[in-house]
Amino acid sequence: MLDEGRYDEWIDLWLADGHYWMPLDYKQTDPHLVTSFLYEDLFMLKLRVERLNGARTFSQKPKSRCHHVIQRPFIDRTDHENGEYVTNTSMHYIETRLDDQFLLALTATHELKQVDGKLRIANKRVDLLNCDAAFGNIQLLP
Amino acid sequence: MYKQQPRQMAAEDIEDLVQGYQVHRDVYISRDVYELEMRHLFTNSWVFVGHESQTPNKGDYYATQIGDQPVIQVRHSDGEVKVLHNRCPHKGVKIAIDREGNTGKFFRCPYHAWSFKTDGCLLAIPLKKGYENTGLDETENVKGIKPVGDVRNYRGFIFARLADEGISFEDFFQGSLSSIDNMVDRSPEGRLEIAGPPLRYMHQCNWKMLVENQTDTCHPMVAHESSAGTAVKIWESLGNPEPRPPAMEIIAPFMSPYEFFEDMGIRTWPNGHGHTGVHHSIHSDYSAVPGYFEAMCEAYGEDRAKAIMDENRHNTVYFPSIMIKGPIQQLRNFIPLGPDKTLVESYIYRLVGAPDHLLARTAMYNRMINAPTSIVGHDDLEMYERAQEGLHSEGLEWVNVQRLYPGAEEDFSEEAVENGTTERQMRNQFHAWAKFMTATMPRRTELQGEAGQ
Repeated sequence: MLDEGRYDEWIDLWLADGHYWMPLDYKQTDPHLVTSFLYEDLFMLKLRVERLNGARTFSQKPKSRCHHVIQRPFIDRTDHENGEYVTNTSMHYIETRLDDQFLLALTATHELKQVDGKLRIANKRVDLLNCDAAFGNIQLLP
Repeated sequence: MYKQQPRQMAAEDIEDLVQGYQVHRDVYISRDVYELEMRHLFTNSWVFVGHESQTPNKGDYYATQIGDQPVIQVRHSDGEVKVLHNRCPHKGVKIAIDREGNTGKFFRCPYHAWSFKTDGCLLAIPLKKGYENTGLDETENVKGIKPVGDVRNYRGFIFARLADEGISFEDFFQGSLSSIDNMVDRSPEGRLEIAGPPLRYMHQCNWKMLVENQTDTCHPMVAHESSAGTAVKIWESLGNPEPRPPAMEIIAPFMSPYEFFEDMGIRTWPNGHGHTGVHHSIHSDYSAVPGYFEAMCEAYGEDRAKAIMDENRHNTVYFPSIMIKGPIQQLRNFIPLGPDKTLVESYIYRLVGAPDHLLARTAMYNRMINAPTSIVGHDDLEMYERAQEGLHSEGLEWVNVQRLYPGAEEDFSEEAVENGTTERQMRNQFHAWAKFMTATMPRRTELQGEAGQ
């Protein structure tokens, strides 16, 4: 969905109080009192998506593209009674714009919850393998 | 790669690159100018190294660089913070390999085990007999790890001057230290502590573009329309709900109109330092944090507490290469890696004795504005990199910094407060740039003298 730029559909998968977290430090436990790359609520994620479509988003002229190569997810926790699941997915994320292309190796942890018969994203955490490296712009969503 | 030797230039050649209201593009794109900056500017001025809380205990060290010089900040056995060149005096191996750690009572080179006290003095050489009658005692190498020219710990912030001789810390910073004072005074205990590793953001552009941008108040409403403007639009489409989402409190003020930035004022101090936000700033309208004002009143008394908290300086540039934000306890270090490459490290600090909520806001600001994943950061980086490419155009040689320029008699020797959209602070930086670049550079007549000998 992200690879195809279907951001609005992706946003609709989220529960209202969810957070997208990308820690800065390996095995970071606290999203609040130390810096992260991202710790965004749904307002920020909407802003991010809306901005990508904006007419004066100069850093997206031309637009970036991304590609997620995903290994089969592992299910770390299953709670059928409450409809809650935690999955762990290894992936390679590639982002490209103009002459630049870069690769991020990462693990994504999804907390999923069944609401009205549909699986929704309660939280997402992305741990970059090289979280301590210096990056240029990472513009889309790993 | 061998270290590049810059083309021989006279002081006048450098001075010619800065002409009142304009700056030559070579200042940003020339490899020669960059190498001269490393040799002169970053050697003759006082450069930020780190915060003392990065090395709280004896033997704690932190490896960084001043200009292109690798250095170690270390807490010596006497409790003082030392700054040493990160280079074994034997064969040049970097002594500190990790970015930070504790070395105990001494440094030990990982190559031949020469060891040194934490102030750099040589402690021992294995198989020392092999140096008998070789004259080693007469060399520079035997003195140990070379310390930098001078170090000063100002309220926890460590600055160093590489050159042995030069301007004193007080003469260099003068009244500008009031911004550090205000940031530290915001702690009820008058103390800051580092909070985690910095964000590290790589820019393919000259370091000075970043420093200039810290006091550029005419770009936010244009360059940041896509981030801040969109935030405002979404909030309005939701019916302006209160309390404002944290994103609105932090990002939306970037969309303030020109009048807001004109009225906020810019203050400049001699030697290239200056700050935006004299009267108010984009940080003025943050919501109050329960318990904070009470803690400040208890520490300082109500009047003083109010005075400290009413200062809302936006960005203070400490020339040449850092910016601090007092009201949000941040420091950005612009580390030059080449004429067209700059690493930006963004640090956050905890106000010791203040509620955690303040640190949470600081961390939020950092990731929303200064991260490689930050949409606001994307807006800026795009402009810097476009400028770095555009300046190679043969269409025009000069960069214009003429906004509210009073004429050739402009004087930077005294503190001044002006309209918040002036480019005076940029001119102030370039005035200081030429001053410290040329402080120890030969004049044309001297070079001609040498050539004639």
